[in-house]
Amino acid sequence: MAYPFTIGNFTYRFADLKELLAKASPLRSGDVLAGLVADSYEERVAAQMALADVPLTNFLNETIIPYETDEVTRLIIDSHDKTAFATISHFTVGDLRDWLLSDAASTSLLQQMAPGLTPEMVAAVSKLMRNQDLILVAKKCTVVTRFRNTQGLPGHMSVRLQPNHPTDDAKGIAASIIDGLLYGSGDAMIGINPATDSPAATARLLYMLDGLRERFDMPTQNCVLSHITTTLQLIEQHVPVDLIFQSIAGTEKANASFGVNLALLQEAHDAGLSLNRGTVGNNVMYFETGQGSALSANANHHVDQQTCEVRAYAVARQFNPFLVNSVVGFIGPEYLFDGKQIIRAGLEDHFCGKLMGLPMGMDICYTNHAQADQDDMDTLLTLLGVAGINFIMGIPGADDIMLNYQSTSFHDALYLRRVLGLRPSPEFEAWLLQQGIMDKVGNRLSGSTQKQLFAALLPA
Amino acid sequence: MNETNNTGIEPDEWEPLRAYTNARIALGKTGVSVPLSESLQFRLAHAHAKDAVYSQLNLDELTTALSITGLPVYCLRSRAVSRDMYLQRPDFGRLLDTPSEEQLRQLNSPPADISIIVADGLSATAIMKNAGAVIPVLVEKIQQAGYSLAPVIVVEQGRVAVKDAIGGILQPRLAIIFIGERPGLSSFDSMGAYITYAPRPGLTDERRNCVSNIREQGLSAELAVDKLMYLIDSAFRLQLTGVALKDNNELGTSNLPKRIADSEAE
Repeated sequence: MAYPFTIGNFTYRFADLKELLAKASPLRSGDVLAGLVADSYEERVAAQMALADVPLTNFLNETIIPYETDEVTRLIIDSHDKTAFATISHFTVGDLRDWLLSDAASTSLLQQMAPGLTPEMVAAVSKLMRNQDLILVAKKCTVVTRFRNTQGLPGHMSVRLQPNHPTDDAKGIAASIIDGLLYGSGDAMIGINPATDSPAATARLLYMLDGLRERFDMPTQNCVLSHITTTLQLIEQHVPVDLIFQSIAGTEKANASFGVNLALLQEAHDAGLSLNRGTVGNNVMYFETGQGSALSANANHHVDQQTCEVRAYAVARQFNPFLVNSVVGFIGPEYLFDGKQIIRAGLEDHFCGKLMGLPMGMDICYTNHAQADQDDMDTLLTLLGVAGINFIMGIPGADDIMLNYQSTSFHDALYLRRVLGLRPSPEFEAWLLQQGIMDKVGNRLSGSTQKQLFAALLPA
Repeated sequence: MNETNNTGIEPDEWEPLRAYTNARIALGKTGVSVPLSESLQFRLAHAHAKDAVYSQLNLDELTTALSITGLPVYCLRSRAVSRDMYLQRPDFGRLLDTPSEEQLRQLNSPPADISIIVADGLSATAIMKNAGAVIPVLVEKIQQAGYSLAPVIVVEQGRVAVKDAIGGILQPRLAIIFIGERPGLSSFDSMGAYITYAPRPGLTDERRNCVSNIREQGLSAELAVDKLMYLIDSAFRLQLTGVALKDNNELGTSNLPKRIADSEAE
């Protein structure tokens, strides 16, 4: 249906929900590239005002990508929890924004409501919110997951240790792991982006990670970010797989460009559960997402990039992930041009994911051809810390020497924990204390574990 | 760690581990923060990378270096008229502008086996530092192998797929584009080479093979030429490039993005 909106003497006409969502989006380069943006500042606000008046039930009756042609749409509609939705079914998008910010919207109510919210509703409400609104509501959304430790408890913030190496050299990777552990990172997971996707090389890295974890009895989990089909193959061969990784997107066609579909994800999820390698829980999936991936695969169906991103969260939600990571600034300036756009997108992704009920973390990052620098990362890092993010990335010196981009460092994690009084995952913190690596406020201790860890690498 | 100097910097005892990786490990700390010297080193590397993104081809110098091959060299432009447009509109960087297209058609160059293309991509610096060392050697090897070559085409503000637009006009059996890669902090001068059999507009990543990290501290000119000749010979033998052309002798090439939309990383 059409959504007209009059300002003064001029009536803007938005053909359908898809156009309304796109034109209500804060400006970003990816939507310009896709030809979806409002033609003027006024038109953008007109779209936001029109969107505010849209009843939430419209999103259930008017799909933005047809049910018949897209399995993500089918998932969204078929898995919608009408009971959870009942309490807010009379709301407009604008009502939802005001209610989310109200004191009535408690953590437990938000948790109960999550399955009743579709990604389009969540994307819509985020477009009406300022940055502080996104932070305030996200802070109330607690999402706790468990594998060998617990993620997402209020007052805690974990770190994914990313010890990448351009040739997957085992000693080079181990050196970065040791550096990270001794800086108190690695509780979200130790996760390597391999330089090649060969099953043999991936298996070698998994054995190395598992050996290190067992030797030092670390309450954390490992992942080598190979394609899900490679991981499935390795599971069959009894290689020690903890978390199962896959990049996902918000349309069937974009997922196809990653070589995945819902059935394959289900198969991998079942395989992961069958391993029973978790000790305190069995959330086994690790997903990466990022605004712009659907457009870059020519698979956005003229849907704006932020709405596509939130649809990816509907895919993630289906498989009870341990962690979801929006790799916010990685794809490049044709999708998020500068620090302002990256910061906004980061807050949107974190808010939308949390509201959908996902354990959101973020690769707070940029490439060298984007108009951004480490100051922008500091800003987004601090904002997301205030917003209660589950985990961030830990990369030596914030410089990934394999993927050639900049993210956040082990030092950055210590900074955030210190300024906001945040602590590592409880099980991991106990390990840091027991090993004499760090005290409760993140001060480094001098213990024998350090020497053992790096002696493991150095020739005698 | 008990040893601290008077500015509060605590060095890391595991500094010897730096021998195993170029990653920024064992930086030490002051409080929980990075010591200034390391912070400034990071800024310097970022400055080099940014300068590389905004660097420009020196067409005179490049043409001279490429003319050593004995092949004619033509300098063309993509539809991206500025660097900011290039960064935001990758679609423009994949097409030639109208005068360039016209110029290429008027060459009436008979279809050759191989067309070599050079584009600034995301680091003109990478091209200026590496193209002259690699391309003349490659041309010599190609000619020794008996393949014919089209004129060398240089494209300013060009993306990888501009090769397909050029392929559509020159109709070579195979095209190679040398392009400045997305600069990282430790490598702002890295050149990549993408090979496509039967290049034509509309092809995507799965039809290309890539040899990357060609630079002095990375893949040497000599090794790069060896890898390229292997891929060229295989492509002509199998009459294809891309995911179906596997790198069977562990050349370290890749043809699939490893992470979300890694494919525009040129």
